[in-house]
Amino acid sequence: MYRIMLREDPVPNIHLLKIEAPAVARKAQAGQFVIIRVDEKGERIPLSIADWDREEGGITIVFNEVGRTTRKLAHLEAGDEIANFVGPLGLPAEIEKFGTVACVAIGYGVVTMVPIARALKEAGNRVISVIWAQSQNMLFGDERLGSFSDQLIVNTDDGSYGRKGSILDVLEELLRGSERIDRVIIIGPTCMMKFCSAITKLFEVKTIVSLNPIMVDGTGMCGCCRVEVGGETKFACVDGPEFDGHEVDWDLLMARRCTYPAEKGRALMYHCQNCAQW
Amino acid sequence: MPKVDLNRVSMPKQEPLVRARNFNEVALGYTAEQALSEASRCLQCPKRSCVDGCPVEVDIPDFIMAVRDGNMPEAVRVLKAKNSLPGICGRVCPQETQCEASCSLAKKGAPIAIGRLERYVADWELSQGQMEKPQLAKPTGKRTAVVGAGPAGLTAAADLAKLGHEVTIFEALHIAGGVLMYGIPEFRMPKHIVQTEVDYVKSLGVEIRLDSVVGKIITVDELLEDGYSAVFLGTGAGLPMFLNIPGENLNGVYSANEFLTRTNLMKAYLFPEYDTPLKVGRRVAVIGGGNVAMDAARCALRLGAEEVDIVYRRSEVEMPARREEVENAQEEGIIFKFLTNPTQCMGDGRGLVAAMECIEMELGEPDDSGRRRPIPKAGSEFIMEVDTVVVALGTTPNPLVPTTTEGLEVTRRGTVVADEETGKTKKPLVWAGGDLVTGAATVISAMGAGKRAAASIHASLRE
Repeated sequence: MYRIMLREDPVPNIHLLKIEAPAVARKAQAGQFVIIRVDEKGERIPLSIADWDREEGGITIVFNEVGRTTRKLAHLEAGDEIANFVGPLGLPAEIEKFGTVACVAIGYGVVTMVPIARALKEAGNRVISVIWAQSQNMLFGDERLGSFSDQLIVNTDDGSYGRKGSILDVLEELLRGSERIDRVIIIGPTCMMKFCSAITKLFEVKTIVSLNPIMVDGTGMCGCCRVEVGGETKFACVDGPEFDGHEVDWDLLMARRCTYPAEKGRALMYHCQNCAQW
Repeated sequence: MPKVDLNRVSMPKQEPLVRARNFNEVALGYTAEQALSEASRCLQCPKRSCVDGCPVEVDIPDFIMAVRDGNMPEAVRVLKAKNSLPGICGRVCPQETQCEASCSLAKKGAPIAIGRLERYVADWELSQGQMEKPQLAKPTGKRTAVVGAGPAGLTAAADLAKLGHEVTIFEALHIAGGVLMYGIPEFRMPKHIVQTEVDYVKSLGVEIRLDSVVGKIITVDELLEDGYSAVFLGTGAGLPMFLNIPGENLNGVYSANEFLTRTNLMKAYLFPEYDTPLKVGRRVAVIGGGNVAMDAARCALRLGAEEVDIVYRRSEVEMPARREEVENAQEEGIIFKFLTNPTQCMGDGRGLVAAMECIEMELGEPDDSGRRRPIPKAGSEFIMEVDTVVVALGTTPNPLVPTTTEGLEVTRRGTVVADEETGKTKKPLVWAGGDLVTGAATVISAMGAGKRAAASIHASLRE
């Protein structure tokens, strides 16, 4: 069993847990994820590692309450325990000195972007973070991400904070600007990663996305998380979760994410406002 | 000498049409009378060729003699002296190619039902409520690490513990047992029996660390640095092979590993009581002809499919599945389409598989595997309507440990090179056995490898 060290509810429907797992914390790197199972009858779900504390032995995860498992998880308090916590899984984020990197974070992706931005900054990159939230009351993690960024651009759907409007407009404006962008990293809902990748493709800027297919074991033994990248089948849990956004077959990923609509409810498409077909 | 009955005592089973809709165990096991009667057929040959046929060399005539004498504790003792997991082996070993194949009676009639008797003894012990612990050797103070809690790892761990070593097993999943938990269905291998035998291994002092993916949470080299004197790798062959045909990533197309893991490990057949879902359509096609294909097909039927077809590119005689499982599947109503190979999966326009294009095959000359090579018959393509496809083509070793371990030699097929007798790899202090070394094989051959590696580790630690 794994003890919950801390629970926070930064904004409505989004929760943050710090879980005691010293062996995982010892090895965690930016871009990796964990698989959790809440209780004996629970399913295994993947969640990105948002932060770690090697001394305390804690791993921070952030999640949106969208279905049965995340609801169960949201009901737990500090001191409670979950049955299983496996990680760190997946390949670490590719961190090098690229030059200027735009980190595009949508929704609670802001929090999972933090370790990546931090590592990029440490590697000597100029980091421009671009954040999108529905409105000011859904915005969180911006200050922390900002602390590892040279520039922070915040926008909200309703204009209640920062700029008003679509992240696509902001991204396009940034890429049209005078400053050369060497790489874009996007973390967010699938459809947003798809549309953002389409924009960066127009500007031929290398774009990395962190994919979020359905997973079971998370160690490469089943292929549930398979995605097509550059025409090849890859297992996101072991070959990713980071891939080149211009090579991903997005429609396939979106269809596969909706394998269990009746079972999982529409909650999976919670963020999806731009693609009614799914 | 009384005349020996050349027919074995048959084992009671659930009726085919009843069992095809439930996950309860198909074979019900011998009663005491049946076991006694079957045990009485044993000739107690001086040559003991059955023992040579058993990869872990169980003293078969001795435990059968004990059953015949009604001395069940002695039967348990004899069995467990060589085999820590008899309830498992009695159920899933392919005895017809091992111990039973070399039974003297096999020349004249049916061999002794050694597997069924082994199972009877194991189940008897379980019914007694508590397991007797064997004598453990004096602690040696040496720590050994075992990677993977499948049949190979559990056997190696049990043997090392009996020899007095301190053993820690590192297991990636949330429960120990490997393929016995995620692969082989409840109706062939009840999970409480696997867990009882895992508990027995733990009772020998073996620590099992679950949720521990070696290669990620810790590497083999770090285990050695952390003070483990030897490492045994028993990570199996868990990487699924796909067909590499168009449309294979459509929804409704599963690897057998995913399909069986959801069903068996996650208990998707009990959804929504259990949280893991699984979608099984009206018409299911399972591609392949091994035991895994039989298991997947029979699970699909039990999950409510109306029609389940096994699609196999060779003919019935080349099928690698156990005869008994093929018969069970046929009785339950599984349809076999031989000499048929899928060429593409077609979608319904919304990302869901709706049909499969197949081509008929004919058999040519034998290939490297010794089986006749299937060749497509030009122009014989046809369409099969399906809602679910399960790909059961086999598995290869997961590269996670080999790729994170410096100095381990790996073959082109992804298997780890290890000495067949000792399990020694090319890397000092590291042993390996089971499917990781052989590629997908049997539970008992993995156990045999675990046993031999434990003996070799013991010998090297004593030096």
